Order: sequence, then structure tokens, then C-alpha cells
Amino acid sequence: MTAGRGADTVVVGGGLVGCWTAFFLARRGQRVTLVDKGVVGAQSSGVNFGNLRLQGRFPGQYPLSLRAQALWEDLPGLIGEPCEYDRCGHLYLAMNDDEKRKLDGYAEVSASYGLDIEHVGPAALQQRWPWLGGKVVAATYSARDATANPRLVTPAVARAARRAGATIIENTRVTEIERRGDDFLVRTEAGDDIPCRSLVNAAGAWAADIARWFGEDTPLFPAGPPQFVTEPFPYRIVPSVQTIDGTVIMRQIPRGNVILAGYPRTAVDPVGNRAPVPPAKTLAGMYHLGQLVPMLRDCHVIRVWSGIEGYLPDMLPVIGASAGTPGLFHAFGFCGHGFQIGPGVGLCLSELIVDGSTATPLDPFAISRFDRPVAVSEKLGREFDPRTAH
Amino acid sequence: MMTLATTRVVIIGAGPAGIRAAETLAQAGLRPILVDEGRLPGGQGYRRPSAGLALDMDALLGTQAAKYRALHARFAELAPAIDYRPETLAWAVHEGTLHVARDGAAATLPFDALLIAAGAADRVFPVKGWTLPGVFTLGGAQVILKDQGCLIGRRMVFLGSSPLLSLAALQYRQFGADVAAICDTTPLREKLLAAPALAPAAATALRGLGYLARLRRDGVPMFSGTTPLAIEGRDHVEAVRFRLGDGEERVIACDAVAFGYGLKPETQLAELAGARFGYDPVFRLWGPNLDADGRARPGLYLAGDCAAIGGADAAEASGTLAALALLADLGGEVTHRERRDMPRLRREVARYRSFQKGLARAFAWPGSRGATAIADEVELCRCENVTAGDIRAAIAADLGPVDVNRVKAITRCGMGRCQGRMCGPALQEIAAAASARPLAEVGRLRGQAPVKPLAIGSAAAPA
Ligand SMILES: Cc1cc2nc3c(=O)[nH]c(=O)nc-3n(C[C@H](O)[C@H](O)[C@H](O)COP(=O)(O)OP(=O)(O)OC[C@H]3O[C@@H](n4cnc5c(N)ncnc54)[C@H](O)[C@@H]3O)c2cc1C
Ligand SMILES: Cc1cc2nc3c(=O)[nH]c(=O)nc-3n(C[C@H](O)[C@H](O)[C@H](O)COP(=O)(O)OP(=O)(O)OC[C@H]3O[C@@H](n4cnc5c(N)ncnc54)[C@H](O)[C@@H]3O)c2cc1C
Repeated sequence: MTAGRGADTVVVGGGLVGCWTAFFLARRGQRVTLVDKGVVGAQSSGVNFGNLRLQGRFPGQYPLSLRAQALWEDLPGLIGEPCEYDRCGHLYLAMNDDEKRKLDGYAEVSASYGLDIEHVGPAALQQRWPWLGGKVVAATYSARDATANPRLVTPAVARAARRAGATIIENTRVTEIERRGDDFLVRTEAGDDIPCRSLVNAAGAWAADIARWFGEDTPLFPAGPPQFVTEPFPYRIVPSVQTIDGTVIMRQIPRGNVILAGYPRTAVDPVGNRAPVPPAKTLAGMYHLGQLVPMLRDCHVIRVWSGIEGYLPDMLPVIGASAGTPGLFHAFGFCGHGFQIGPGVGLCLSELIVDGSTATPLDPFAISRFDRPVAVSEKLGREFDPRTAH
Repeated sequence: MMTLATTRVVIIGAGPAGIRAAETLAQAGLRPILVDEGRLPGGQGYRRPSAGLALDMDALLGTQAAKYRALHARFAELAPAIDYRPETLAWAVHEGTLHVARDGAAATLPFDALLIAAGAADRVFPVKGWTLPGVFTLGGAQVILKDQGCLIGRRMVFLGSSPLLSLAALQYRQFGADVAAICDTTPLREKLLAAPALAPAAATALRGLGYLARLRRDGVPMFSGTTPLAIEGRDHVEAVRFRLGDGEERVIACDAVAFGYGLKPETQLAELAGARFGYDPVFRLWGPNLDADGRARPGLYLAGDCAAIGGADAAEASGTLAALALLADLGGEVTHRERRDMPRLRREVARYRSFQKGLARAFAWPGSRGATAIADEVELCRCENVTAGDIRAAIAADLGPVDVNRVKAITRCGMGRCQGRMCGPALQEIAAAASARPLAEVGRLRGQAPVKPLAIGSAAAPA
């Protein structure tokens, strides 16, 4: 059956990226239909750590990342809900001289894109953040970094997209997409056929299948960063805190709970939709957290979780037009940092679709880079469990 | 190859089910590890008073005293033959390893087979004022009495619907409390209709009637078919307000309330260990899928109230049965004992559990009608201060959630320290009523490690 009305664009995937894309397209007057196999914002986008970190990103991503941050900073204006966006700052910590060199290198890059990075020595650190234990030799602080509540954001963006005119279809899997001349026919498991001019593949860790339907192979693999949360206790830790080796990525929400994420990432099952957390990872995270913030040792962990995130071997996402199919656009493989850039990705895609181009450089994220073997990131060995499928 | 002597079996829970399972395994030549987070063996129903406390357990347990003594005598005899680890919390199960914490330190126990006998927890249904100091769950009130010899108040109201309502009231009276009222929410008419379903365990049913007769003889005010309206008080419980079946409103002064609506299996560990779950329309709960002997999957066995609510007698029988099943699965020859005992035990367990289904009707869970009646301002999740109205508003929103795990993600209901153990069943009812779906369709809160809070400082440096 062909659905009553066709669309200018169909977005496959109602994560943060798909929902922002639908939102911006609808605002540009496009007829947009977004389809998700589950409910919006229930996968990576709804379970992530909530960091909107600007420090230490891939240099070529700064224009996109800063554009995204400006959107986050205007969240209530854009979608009408604040979603606990909190400009809490981000503290990056080096525990030895090697790490300090790395930290200084990151800071230099960040600063060159106009980010305000403050270098904080050990003495000042103790004064400003007296709960820090451990042997921190150097730190950088970025005040513009922020956090938001991932559980709230994506549904709020989807609601705003709907108000702007987008059609949101939940609990419906896209099973097949046919090329019809210059158009597409998107087929769902419900038996609906939705004709459209443009197609966005924002299917998260499941997106490689859709790219493959159009002959584009990517080495996407799923993995889950283990997280845990503690019981609430008085709010004292304002910035989000990260050691440069990734053993501790933590923040305290104003309600009082401490959330921790830490490498290495673990194996997940995107078919069974499971992301189990091995207890050994939880214990390792607890140990490192207790070392870094000794006052937390008597605080209790109440729950662990993870999510199904798509990774690529160079630790960079795919964002942009398909290399072989005009009208098809990809945005997936966000390698654990798609929450921050999500709104920017949606905005850029809407420009690519409506205007045919965007001022934000996206070249490093072209899908065509996989035509040749890509340089594998050194993070792959360090930050992933050997049992992940990479 | 796995032999009996080298097979590592871990049992979680030293209540009647776990003790009987350990005994059966030890008799077959195994030396199981028995972990329990409590200080003393015995579990809930047969909880032993803390050391140095001379409680008159005969008075407290009445007709159950002999079974209580027998179980503790069994344990004393058994102790040297097993590896018993009290004050040891099981907090996760993952790929053949049980993760425990004891004395503030985390440790691991690899196993070949796991037998979970973690018991049950109180099932509560919120009423305005239920978070006031002085309000306890029914089981909690019993625990305080048995464990510490303390009363939760001097003038008590017992509220809800549960066979333990009258038992607990009697126990409190025995220790000097004044019972101001027992307010059962199930109408007498429904209790009578459920009577035939209680036949499978006539003795137990008669025991329950005996409790009621004693309370009546002692002049304790008892009401059935009540609708609780509020637990009132400024900083502490001062009164219970409720409506009688004929519409009359009553206020009864008291300084403590024990309330509950029966029990629900503690299933988080089973879930982490890979058990599958099914919806039970009688209890309106999700329970583990098991065969008649308690097998959940290869190497995983469940017994006692964590498998299905059955009470202490069913716990003992199902503990023995699950252990015999485990032994049979180890591939040893089927012993005389298995051939002789397993069919009898199966019948016994089935009988007790079907009796519990009868009880579930005689002491009804408020269900969807109760959920609809809860006022918006009533707090549902006391850890995160989420009200019934918050749940309804989230569900009514555009693109609002249906599944309870999504409701939790949006509202924080069930996200706190108890992880929904307290509010989960009522959350399911409110979510189903608010979204006009059958209860089974809104799902159940998924369990995750740690099944109980775990101190950050209990982790040692990773290897
Ligand atoms: C535990 C965890 C912590 C993280 N922490 C951070 C962080 O702190 N900061 C940060 O910036 N990033 C973080 N990330 C990464 C970030 O969450 C993701 O990069 C981002 O959410 C990706 O969004 P998405 O929309 O591409 O994918 P998703 O949210 O996965 O959405 C994809 C959607 O596509 C749907 N779908 C898939 N296939 C089909 C189909 N065939 N038909 C219909 N629908 C389909 C899925 O159901 C899903 O809803 C974290 C990720 C995880 C898992
Ligand atoms: C609070 C409460 C009070 C009760 N009071 C009575 C009563 O007075 N009279 C009566 O007849 N029945 C009572 N019951 C009913 C009781 O469930 C049964 O009578 C009987 O005790 C069930 O036996 P069991 O072996 O299945 O579980 P239990 O006797 O409950 O034993 C389970 C054991 O597992 C342990 N355990 C649970 N989780 C973990 C974990 N994660 N790590 C380590 N150990 C764990 C517990 O400490 C407990 O000792 C009560 C139930 C509850 C929940």
C-alpha cells in the first residue's frame, strides 16, 4: 500500500540525529516523515552520558561541533524545552607528563578554534575543586562545555519537529528501500510504502545495512560504553570531569547522583537489542572513581547500563551525501560523541538537502573514505574490549 | 569432566528454600557455597532474633514454631558440610560468575550451577501519606519485631490486603501493641468466592481463619472491603482515613501503620542470570519461566518465593526439588531418592502455589481500579519523589511513553535507590490505566546490576 501522502524526505532512525534533521527540514518547509523501528530516542541517544564536551575533539570537527554547541545553548528557543541543559564546564585531567603533553596539544587545537581553555596547575586545582584526589599533574578547564539530559532531549526534539509539521512514525521498521527513477520508495514492516525525493540514513548502529542496500560498505561495528550511577548525595561536583586516559569520565547532576562512564567499551548485541555491562568493568570504574574523588568511596552505585553505539575504525562518523546515490544522505557511526554534535549534524543535513550545500566543512566524514583502507585509530586497541567486533 | 565432588554450586539465600537445597546437595556429597546478605540463617518467615535477644519465639510463631525450630536445627547440623557465607550480598551474575560483596570488599564466586532462593519482597500500593514516618511495609514491621524485638508503634493500624495482615497483627498484640484496626481492602464477598481455591492447602487456610477468630475474640476492630483514603499526620502518622464498603468514612487514630498487598518474587538476580519472564494474570506480575522442578535454563535453578510465591512450606519443598533436579542434571545416575521424592515434591509445590493463587484472589491487589483511583498528588516513587500525576502527564504528552522502562526514563520513577522494587508493581498499573492498555503490554522494569546498592570503595584495583 502506498501511504496517503508522499514526503520530500524520509528519515530512517529517530535518534537525536534523525530527529534534529527532521526538525530542521520541517522548519524549511519540507514534508518530512521520520520512521523508527522502536520509539524515538530510546537507543544511544536516550541512554548516553549526556556530555556536550568541546575539549579534546578531532580537530576537523570543531566547526561542526561549535555550531552544534550554539544550538544547544538555544535549546528552549529552538524546541521549547530546556532538557536540563547545563553549562557546567569540563575539567580535563593529566596524571603524568606524557598525558600533560597530550593535554597541552588538545588545548592548543581547541584554542585555535576560538575556545577559551584555562590551564590549571595542581595547587589551583586543589583550591577550586578540593574534592579531587589522585595525582593530577595538570588540568585544562573549558567553561563552555556543558551537559544535558539525554533521556529528555530526543523526544522533545521529535515533538518540536512534529509541531513544525513533520510526521513521526514509531514502532515501524524500514525493511527495504527501492530506487524509483530519481526518487525512493521506502517500505516498512507495516507494509506501507512511502515515496520520497531524499532519504536520510540516520539508523545509528544499524545504519550499515541501509548503506549496503545502496552498495556502500562501511566497517561499522557496534559497542557499548559501560556507565553507572550512584545514589544522590549533596551537590558539590559542578564541572564534568575526565581523565585523559578515559578511566574516569564523570559528572554529578544537581539532583545529586554521580554518573560515571569509563573505557574500555564492551560487546553488545544489536539484533537482540542488548548491551550488558560486565561487572568487572563496573568494579574498575568504581576503583578509578574512588581514587580520583576519595570522598565518593562511601557512596553507593545503584545501577549500571550501556547502549548500542556504532563505531568506525578511524573513530570518525559518516556524515554527508552518498557517494553513489543522489538524494541519499548518511549520518551514522558517531563513535561515542554524537550527542554533542547531533543538532549540528541535523542542521547541516537539512542544508545539504534543501540548499545542496553547507558552509560547515564535512569532508573528513565522507563515506567515500572507505573506498581505500583507512588509518585505524590508536584508540581502537586501547578503548575497546578485545571482544567487541572491531 | 564435571564430577559431583568438583562441581561448584552456589546457592543464594539461606531461607527455607536455600537451606533445604543446601542440605540435599550436601547429602549427595557436594559442598555448596551458601551466600546470604543477612547475619543469620533462616530467611524471612523463619528469621531468628539477633544474638543476645531473648524473644519468645514460641509465642511469636505459634503453630509455626515447630517448623521454625526444625529448620534451624537442620541448618546447625548441616553447617559443617557446606560453605556458608553470611553478610554476603550477591550483586551481579555474569557469565558463570557470581559477584558478591562482603565486609566492604567485592569478590567473585565462579560456579558451574547456580541456585537462587532469594525470597520475596512486600508489594505496596501507594496511598496518600504512605511516606510519612511511622508507616512500614507489613513484612518490614515483622522483620523489626523478629530481628530486633522492637515495635513500630504502640497503637497500630494494619492496612492493605494480605494473609500476613492478621498474622502480623497477632504478633504485635502478643508483644504489647494495641491494634486499633485491621483494614482489609478486599470485600468479604470476594473472599468467600475465593474459598474453593483455598482447598489445596486446607490446613494453611484454617490456620488463617484461626488468626481471624482470635483477633475477633480479642475485640480487635476488623473491616473488609475498605478503600484507604489517606494516612494522615504532620511529621508522623496520626491517623488512617478510609471508606467502608457502604460508603461511610472512618478515621482511626494510630501512631504506626503496617501496610502491604502480599508479596512479589525478588527476581533481579534471576534476570541477570538469564531467566526468561512471563506475565501472570492472577498475580498481575511478571515471573520467571520455570519447569516444574525449578529449572530456568541450563545450570540455573530457582526455588522458594523468588520462583513463585508459595510460602514457607512451598519454599522448603521447592528447595529440595530444585536441588534434586540439579543433581539429576549433573548426569549422575538417577538415584532412588530422586525417583521416589521428585514426583511427590512436584505435587506438593504445585499444590502450595495453586493455594497462593487462591490467596491472591481472597486478598486482592488493587489493580487497575485502584490505580485509577490514586489522586494525582500521591507520591508513587519515594526515592525520586515522582507522583502518580507525573506519570500520567508524561504518558499523555505528545510522543509520550507506554512501556514502563520508557516511563521511568522520562519521569525518573523507579530510578532511585531501590530501583523500582517498591514502586514497580504500582507503576505498571498506573501506566497501564493511563495509557488504556492491558497490563502485560506496558511491560516490567528491567533489572540491572547491582541488585542492591554497592559502595564505591568496595572495588579493589583491577588486575
Ligand atoms: C552509553 C553511551 C554514552 C554516550 N555518551 C556520550 C556523550 O557523553 N556525549 C556524546 O556526545 N555522545 C555520547 N554517546 C554517543 C551518542 O549517544 C550517539 O553518538 C548518538 O546518540 C547517536 O545518535 P543517532 O541518532 O545516530 O543514533 P541512535 O540514537 O542509535 O538512533 C538510531 C535510531 O535508528 C533506529 N533504526 C535503526 N534501524 C532502523 C530501521 N531499519 N528502521 C527504522 N528505524 C531504525 C533505531 O531504533 C534508533 O532509534 C554515548 C553513547 C552511549 C551508548
Ligand atoms: C519482609 C518479609 C517478611 C515475612 N514475614 C513472614 C512471616 O512472618 N511469616 C511467614 O510465614 N512468612 C513471612 N514471609 C513470607 C516468606 O517469604 C516465606 O515464609 C519464606 O520465608 C520464603 O522462603 P524463601 O526461602 O523462599 O525466602 P526467604 O526466607 O525470604 O529467604 C531468602 C534469603 O535470601 C537472602 N537474599 C535475598 N537477596 C539476596 C542477595 N542479593 N544477596 C544475598 N542474599 C540475598 C535473604 O537475606 C534471605 O535470607 C515474609 C516475607 C517477607 C518478604
